Amino acid sequence: MKYLDEYRDPVLARRLLDELRQTVTHPWRIMEVCGGQTHTLVRQGIDELLPAGMRMIHGPGCPVCVTPLETLDRAMAVAARPEVILTSFGDMLRVPGTDTDLLSLRARGADVRVVYAPMDAVRLAAEHPEKQVVFLAVGFETTAPANATAVLHAARLRLTNFSMLVSHVLVPPAMTALLDDPDCEVQAFLAAGHVCAVMGWREYEPIAAEYRVPIVVTGFEPLDLLEGILMAVRQLESGRFEVENQYVRAVRRSGNTEAQDAVREVFRVTDRAWRGIGALPDSGLELAEKYRRFDAARRFDVSGLCPVEDAECIAGAILTGAKLPTDCTAYGTRCTPRHPLGAPMVSSEGTCAAFHAAGRTPVRSTA
Amino acid sequence: MTIQCPTPHHDDEVVLLGHGAGGRLTAELLDRVILPALDGDPGPMEDAALLPGYRELVISTDSFVVSPLFFPGGDIGSLAVHGTVNDLAMRGAWPVALSVSLILEEGLALTELRAVMASLGKAAQDAGVPVVTGDTKVVGRGAADRLFINTTGIGQRHGSLHPSAALARPGDAVLLSGPIGLHGTTVLSTREGLGFEGDIASDTRPLHRLVRTLVPLGADVHVLRDPTRGGLAAALNEIARDSSVAVEIEESAVPVPEAVASACDLLGLDPLVVANEGCLVAFVAADAAEGTLNAMRSMGEGAGAVRIGEVLPDGPAGRVTLRTLVGARRIVDMPLGEQLPRIC
Repeated sequence: MKYLDEYRDPVLARRLLDELRQTVTHPWRIMEVCGGQTHTLVRQGIDELLPAGMRMIHGPGCPVCVTPLETLDRAMAVAARPEVILTSFGDMLRVPGTDTDLLSLRARGADVRVVYAPMDAVRLAAEHPEKQVVFLAVGFETTAPANATAVLHAARLRLTNFSMLVSHVLVPPAMTALLDDPDCEVQAFLAAGHVCAVMGWREYEPIAAEYRVPIVVTGFEPLDLLEGILMAVRQLESGRFEVENQYVRAVRRSGNTEAQDAVREVFRVTDRAWRGIGALPDSGLELAEKYRRFDAARRFDVSGLCPVEDAECIAGAILTGAKLPTDCTAYGTRCTPRHPLGAPMVSSEGTCAAFHAAGRTPVRSTA
Repeated sequence: MTIQCPTPHHDDEVVLLGHGAGGRLTAELLDRVILPALDGDPGPMEDAALLPGYRELVISTDSFVVSPLFFPGGDIGSLAVHGTVNDLAMRGAWPVALSVSLILEEGLALTELRAVMASLGKAAQDAGVPVVTGDTKVVGRGAADRLFINTTGIGQRHGSLHPSAALARPGDAVLLSGPIGLHGTTVLSTREGLGFEGDIASDTRPLHRLVRTLVPLGADVHVLRDPTRGGLAAALNEIARDSSVAVEIEESAVPVPEAVASACDLLGLDPLVVANEGCLVAFVAADAAEGTLNAMRSMGEGAGAVRIGEVLPDGPAGRVTLRTLVGARRIVDMPLGEQLPRIC
């Protein structure tokens, strides 16, 4: 297990923790943007081993969690059609809509299928000309290139029975929206390594400069996270605010330009509503006019959607780092992975799910 | 076309795929629907049951619905033998006889059926257990997924080896006979064409001979369990629950092959909850840990045996914790239902 072992070495981890403890002089607050990083932090208990006072704030980087309820309800209305095969990645299937979820719809007869890549959905469409194959395309910059490629492929094949329900979101607008909030406590960011593998980190440089906030591009292994935190703390301690790259084995400053070209060809930037956060300008992707014929939202004109969020769920405060899952009155009781009230408890990237899987319990005041 | 919202809402609950995944959903289905109807004795959920009136005989039954039928390292035929042989072995029993029931879907190629049956027959012969009875049914196209197999086994227990999921005690060493995650990731990768199948193979194999080497340790062997559906996490949680003890394992001690770790990382799966078919967990008296490891390592199927943890001297009954690589401690919960690959 050489490759992974290098980034999971207990001795090196403890050395980095010791170095962190020696470096920290202030109770710094650092946000990891990505849900995958949240899971590593919580699963490994890294956030609980940080120097006293220092805190990780868990960010909005769970694509499943921020997909609007309206999009989920729309997907379920489409999936309920007898001529439709609805496809998506696995962890979208358990996310609760207003009334039900895709797994339950499947158990009741809807043709809902897990795919591992959007091209699988295109292949399915080619194999089933009598069906309408819809791909629920959510995610950050990470998944956009593969989705763009799938649309390009469907166009080449002249498929008329393939479409996408697109709800892509972009990281930098979310970061600036958080920083613009006067109550924002974030003093540094760990940027998601896989997003930067696609997009590079050039678009983070003006954010670091304008908001005077260190940003460290970071990977997902325990040692990646510890080193990323240490790099961010060193910047904070020395008053620097730059974009640094911890994830040198995977990320270049310019990113993957070929992937970016595919995204630019197929999608265009648009305003987007984020579940739990609200509408953010220029924070999402939609199909460009040239490829609108693949837009499932147009092909299936769903009327009268009536999404209703659970009143008790504090997903918005969780996603912006304002509260911890254990602050929620429903956490672990009325809201569990078995009966989730909101997406952060159901998604494999969700902060509430990460806390629950690690057995975190609320710390109740005895005062 | 215009579609009306809201989507059809049904009040009646239905069976979900996750109800069959060996986690909390499976337990709920058993507790709320299946066991109440059977009015059986409450008690630990064991891999095999004692045959009433026959103290040394145990019985176990299992159905095999794996897709694809053939995968690196095995196939549904050999799996159907190994699964039931291993369930008997986990109660300290040697397999005496097997039954085999087939449910065939109309349209299944006879060449495939022949290949599966040849493998099943060879596996039974290699395990030294005769197939003494069986049944064959054919259902219409679409009523089954090509081929389902049920095997039932009768086993005879070895002397003083009487392991039970309810017998773990404070201080016990927790041992694992080999690496985890191979079967689940192999089947998933083969079914979905994920490209890992060239690097991994299922660990499906019979474990009764490995268990036989533990006979001299007798009553020091408290629990044996093969962590199949729900993986190591489900097995440890069941044992901790049925024995009312707290269990702690060390993450760095749990052997996870690189290809399994890579596949799980890519898919967002936890190796602790991925299915296995060829390893076992043993809870043994602390003094007997080294002897048990040596006995296991004397056999090919136990060559990779390691100590992964212990039963804590005190701690909340039913709780399983893991010491992480960085030295923190977290709870290993019972998995919910089927594992769903993540988005990115």
